[in-house]
Parts: sequence; C-alpha cells; structure tokens
Amino acid sequence: MSKKILIAAALAVAVGLPAGAMATPEEDRIQFRNHFQDRFSEVPLEEYPNGVYAIDPVGRENWEAIEEFPPYEPFIDTGRDMWEKPFANGKTYADCFPDGPGIAHKYPHWDKDKGMVMTLPLALNNCREANSEEPLKYKKGPINDLLSYIAFESRGEVTNVVVPEDDPRALAAYEDGKKFYYTRRGQLNFSCAHCHVQNGGLVLRTETLSPSLGHTTHFPVYRSKWGTVGTLHRRFTGCNKQVRAKPFEAHGEEYRNLEYFLTYMSNGLELNGPGARK
Amino acid sequence: MIETFSRKVATLSGAALLAAGAVLTPLGASADNHGGSEMPGKAIAFDRGKGNCLACHHIEGGQSPGNIGPPLVAMKARYPERAKLHAQIYDATTINPESAMPPFGKHYVLSPEELDLVVDYVWTL
Ligand code: HEC
Ligand code: HEC
Repeated sequence: MSKKILIAAALAVAVGLPAGAMATPEEDRIQFRNHFQDRFSEVPLEEYPNGVYAIDPVGRENWEAIEEFPPYEPFIDTGRDMWEKPFANGKTYADCFPDGPGIAHKYPHWDKDKGMVMTLPLALNNCREANSEEPLKYKKGPINDLLSYIAFESRGEVTNVVVPEDDPRALAAYEDGKKFYYTRRGQLNFSCAHCHVQNGGLVLRTETLSPSLGHTTHFPVYRSKWGTVGTLHRRFTGCNKQVRAKPFEAHGEEYRNLEYFLTYMSNGLELNGPGARK
Repeated sequence: MIETFSRKVATLSGAALLAAGAVLTPLGASADNHGGSEMPGKAIAFDRGKGNCLACHHIEGGQSPGNIGPPLVAMKARYPERAKLHAQIYDATTINPESAMPPFGKHYVLSPEELDLVVDYVWTL
C-alpha cells in the first residue's frame, strides 16, 4: 500500500498531477491532455492524431506530399483479401467479429472473463486459433495487412477505452501500464514520458519528438525507415531498444497494459489509421 | 535519426576518429583552445555510439544538434570546479532528478577514462 502511494506520488511529480489521492484514469487523462494543450496552445486537439506533424511544420509538408499517394494503400488491399478469404474450415474473420471489419475502436478493452486486456491483434489471433489456423506474428508481416484494412475501415471512429469500475483488476492493469510509461529503463535511463511528455516538441538529433497524445490513433503505421507497415508493439519495441532496454514480448502483459493506458490517454480522438511516418 | 542511440556505429565512430585525427595539432590543449578540436574527448562526445552529446546539445563544430539540453558554451566560466562538471555528466539525476540526460558514468555508457576525456573536452567549450 505505502509503496503504491509512493509510486503514485513519484508519477504525480513527473507529470505535474496533483499530489494526494491517486488520480482516477479520467483525472489522469484530463491532466495529460492539458499538459499538451498548454504546451502547444496553438495546436487544435483534433490535430494530435497526426503525431509529430501536428507540431512540426517542415515535416508536415513532406508528409502531406506522401499522403497524396499513400504508401500503405497496397497493404489495405491485401488485408481486405485476407479478411474475405475463408479459413480451411470455411469460416471467416466475420464469424468471429460480426461487427467487422471496422472494429479498431473497440480495442484495447478489458476482457472480464479472461481477466486481461484484450488487444485487436491478440483477438485476431484468438480467432485464427479457434478456427485451427496458425497465429500470425505480431510485429512484422501479414498481420499488418489485416490491421491496415481494419484500421482503414475504422477511420472516423473515436477512441473510447473504458476501465470498468466493477472489476478492480481492470484498474490495476491500467495503473500497471501507467507505471510502465513513467519508469526509467535501459542503460540510457529514459522513461517513455521523458521523450514524449517532458520533451515532446524538442529535437533529439534530427528527430522532433512527437507528443504522446494521439500516439495510438493511426496504427499500423507505414514508416519510411521500415519500408513497410508495422504494428504499435513493434514501435514499443523500437523505443525500448533505443534506450538500450530489453524489449518485452509483443502482446505480452506489459505491452498490453501499456497499450491500455496509452490508448486511454487519447480517448476522444478520432482514429485515422493506417498512418504514414518518416 | 534515432539510431542516435543504436550501435550501428562501427563505421561512424571510425569516421569520427578520423575526422578528429585530421585536425590533430602537434601540441597541446591550452585552455584557450576554443572548441578543443584536437582533444580525444571530442571524438567520444560526438560519437553516436558513445557520448552522442549532439543528440541533445548544440556544440560548436557539431552537425545537426538536438535541443533537449542547453547549448554547451562558456563551460569553464559556469563550472569553475571541474568536479561539478564531472558530476553532471557522470549522473545528471543527482542534480536534477527529472533529468532526461543519460547517466554516462553511473551506467557505464562511457568508461571512467572516456568520461574523463569528455569532461576535459567539454570544459574547454
Ligand atoms: C529516447 C527517446 C525516446 C524514448 C525513451 C521513447 N521514444 Fe517513442 N519515439 C521516439 C522517436 C524519436 C520517435 C519517432 C518520432 C516521433 O514520432 O516521435 C518515437 C515514436 C514513437 C511512437 C510513434 C508515433 C507516431 O506518430 O507514429 C510511439 C507510439 C512511441 N514512440 C511510443 C513510445 C513508448 C510507449 C515509449 C516507452 C516504452 C517510448 N516511445 C519511448 C523517441 C523515444
Ligand atoms: C538525451 C538528452 C541528453 C544527452 C544525450 C546529453 N545531455 Fe547533457 N543535458 C541534457 C539536459 C536535458 C540538460 C539540462 C539539465 C538537466 O536536466 O540535467 C543537460 C545538461 C548538461 C550540462 C549542464 C549544462 C549547463 O548549462 O549547466 C552539461 C555540462 C551536459 N549536459 C553535458 C553533456 C555531455 C558532455 C553529454 C554527452 C556525453 C550530454 N550532456 C548528453 C540532456 C542530454
């Protein structure tokens, strides 16, 4: 108990949350959003899903040119074929996801039966396995096609992560993700928040650091550096590695809870995936 | 970009050392050797796989610096005590617990010898 309070207090200092009682997710989210809106007072809220291009006019010009011939388009088409093609047993993804394909805004969510955060890629693989298909790899490869199609079909939906109050394990998962976000890691000793909250908008070598508000709206993302589309957990892995920390397993508990917290922070923002970044 | 911190540096660091070698002057770092381009600490400070100070600091003579930390200028005037400068680079969080600057000494990002060379160099800026 006292340890938990200490951690909460440390977090409070880091992001300027009011000290004292542990903040609710909703209080966290308002603080988080205000931090960026104070810092970039000229940037309208609906710009944050555009990541670094919301605050970097030079990068933005390039990006707008790229978006004229979106590099992620072929992945959407391949993903549509995957969605429609029956499994060996004759069923399709639509049998698992009757509301599909535009379902990205329903994830991540708290799965009460399983007692864990359910992410979209994990749900897709659960569907495959229930239909005797091999699960897809989580960071690179065909899962990105499927996710690109789903993201595209979900455009315009609004981020709306819920931490249900009737299950304390959900709040614990959220708190776990939050703690991850503010904990220093790796030989270089950075937390996620150091780069994307404290220093968002500043320049690390030649790279302008994006604000974390809006970080989850546009995945999967086509990155010029990757030359392809990659998942959110691939990005987490990269950001862990660059501080010389050991990355965690994609869609393992740590990254799932991180995604839960981080997506909650963007509640109210529109989905606009797949995205394109440099 | 952010290979800033990654280790694909074998060639880069070689290049950095060469560059430093090319401007090596015969004798000695006198205190008013502004920029200290002949000092071995400079190559370490500029090397993306070592100090990579340019990721965050403007340093005279360095290409495409970041701006997360303040420009490194007038160091001797601001750090009359070398030990204070050493402490900042060894572990910046002892001075500012929220510092984003990596603890180069404490986490062995630089060896004690490399750290000393960097401090020598930065002190001339
Ligand atoms: C040392 C600095 C640093 C740290 C620490 C760091 N990142 Fe990043 N991150 C970057 C840079 C640089 C980029 C690419 C430019 C940008 O969009 O910010 C990036 C990009 C991202 C993106 C993609 C943004 C987009 O619009 O597509 C996400 C998401 C992200 N980081 C999450 C995290 C998370 C989660 C952590 C902690 C596990 C973390 N980052 C830690 C530097 C960092
Ligand atoms: C990721 C960012 C980052 C890197 C890399 C970095 N620094 Fe810093 N540095 C900072 C920040 C931020 C400050 C401001 C004070 C603080 O928060 O510690 C700072 C402050 C300093 C100061 C004190 C400056 C003053 O005006 O008093 C010195 C000296 C310094 N850094 C030297 C270095 C050296 C030498 C290296 C490389 C070996 C380096 N830094 C690498 C971020 C960085």
